[in-house]
Order: sequence, then C-alpha cells, then structure tokens
Amino acid sequence: MTNFIVWVVWVLAALSLLSSGIAVVLFSNPFYSALALIGNLASLAVLYLLLAAEFVAAAQVLVYAGAVVVMFLFVIAYLGGRADAPWAGRPSLQSLAAILAAGAIAVEVVVVIALKAGDQLSTAADIEDGFGSPAEIGRLFLGDHLLAFEVTSIILLVAAVGGVILGTAIPEERRT
Amino acid sequence: MPGPGVAAYLIISVILFATGAFGVLIRRSPLIVLLALEIMLNAGNLALIAFARQTGTGSGQIFALTVMVVAAAEAVVGLGLIVAISRRHVDLDVDKLTTLRG
Repeated sequence: MTNFIVWVVWVLAALSLLSSGIAVVLFSNPFYSALALIGNLASLAVLYLLLAAEFVAAAQVLVYAGAVVVMFLFVIAYLGGRADAPWAGRPSLQSLAAILAAGAIAVEVVVVIALKAGDQLSTAADIEDGFGSPAEIGRLFLGDHLLAFEVTSIILLVAAVGGVILGTAIPEERRT
Repeated sequence: MPGPGVAAYLIISVILFATGAFGVLIRRSPLIVLLALEIMLNAGNLALIAFARQTGTGSGQIFALTVMVVAAAEAVVGLGLIVAISRRHVDLDVDKLTTLRG
C-alpha cells in the first residue's frame, strides 16, 4: 500500500515538474515564467522528500521559492517584464538546432550513465532513519565536508560584494 | 526503497536538464535565460540526491546544498548584470548584447 501511494505521489510530482519546466521555458511573459518556476521547485521538493532528503527539500523551498524567485520577481517588476515570444524572430533553423542540441545532451547523459552505472541503479542502499535529517547534514558539513562549507561562505561573500558593485549607480560623467 | 527506483528519478532529471538547456538556447530575454539556468542546476541537484539515496551516503546531499548556494550566488550576479545593463538603456536581448565594453 505504501508502495502504491509513493508511486502515485511520484507520478504527480514528476508530471508537474516536467510540465512546469516546459512552462518556464515557453511562457512569453517573464512574470509567468518565474511563477511557473515556483511550481517547478515545489514539485522538485516533493521528489527530494521521496528520496529521503528532508533537509535539502526544506532548504530548497526556503532558498529558492523564498528568496531566489522573489528576487527574480522583483527584478522583473523593476524592468517592466516585457513579453518576448519564444519563437518570434528566430530563423526556424536556429530553433531546430536548439531542439537537436537539447536532445543530444539528454541522449549523451542517458548513454553515459547507462554504460557506467546501468547495472547498479536497480538496487538502492538501506538507510537508517536519520538519513538526510538536519543533524546528519550538519555532522557531514562540519566534519567530512568542512572545506565545502568554508568555500560556500566565500562564494556568498563574493556574490554579495558583486551584487553591491553591480547595483551601484553609475557616476553621471561616465553615463552614456 | 518504496516506489520507483533511482533510474526513474535520473530519467526525470535528464529530461528537466534538456528542457533547461533548450530554454537557454532558444530564449532571447536574459531573465528567462537565467530562469532556464536555474532549471538546469535543479536537474543536476535531483540527480545528485538520487545518487545519494542509491549509495546511502549523505555526501550527495551536501553537494546538492553547495550547488544551491552557487545557484543563489549566480542569480544575484546575473540579475545585478541585467539591472546594470538596463540602466544603460540597452535592449535586453542576448542577441544584441554582442559587445561587453563598459
């Protein structure tokens, strides 16, 4: 019974994930694209929960839906959100090439993973209850992966400094 | 594990990544290019977490959190660039932004 419920939740989450992903790419209004991204991130968080990654799912909703998408919406509102039809003004050859390139990436990834790990994918390791919990993530972050934790702080600092520099108004005499 | 195996999650992740790559290639508004980039990063995250579940080690989840931080930083810098470009009254169109001279 649990298995059936998990399957149903998985199918719903996967369908909503893929359809909202396509919606983000194909909406002509950037405002709707950003709203579709929220649905995309929410269904991704459901898949993370099914994969026993509770903390990452919570962080996903907080960081992405809570902060990144709000920032996107703020910038779109600031710029006026001009519509831009996805197919307009493009040579059809270019659209075809984009479809081919995206398909080629997908096929390449599938082939490489199937060749390298295809026979191991059917079995998943047994995990204990604490897997993916905040306590386990904290232990790993401050233990085995301390370097990644410290590099993260530097990346955030650089991004904050870069955001301030890019956002500072240009002096009048240099303005073109 | 109940429900679909790791391979099913990986297939979803690949399709999502291809969608994002298609969006980056086809769209001309830099805002939507950034949104499509976020989709690509999230597809990578989904694969990382699926592999973390398969191997039963938490390292994949740590990596996914790090990718999330990089994605947030990239969004800040990318949106800062877009605002700086629009301040100069240049068209927001990646096909027209062919020179990056200040």
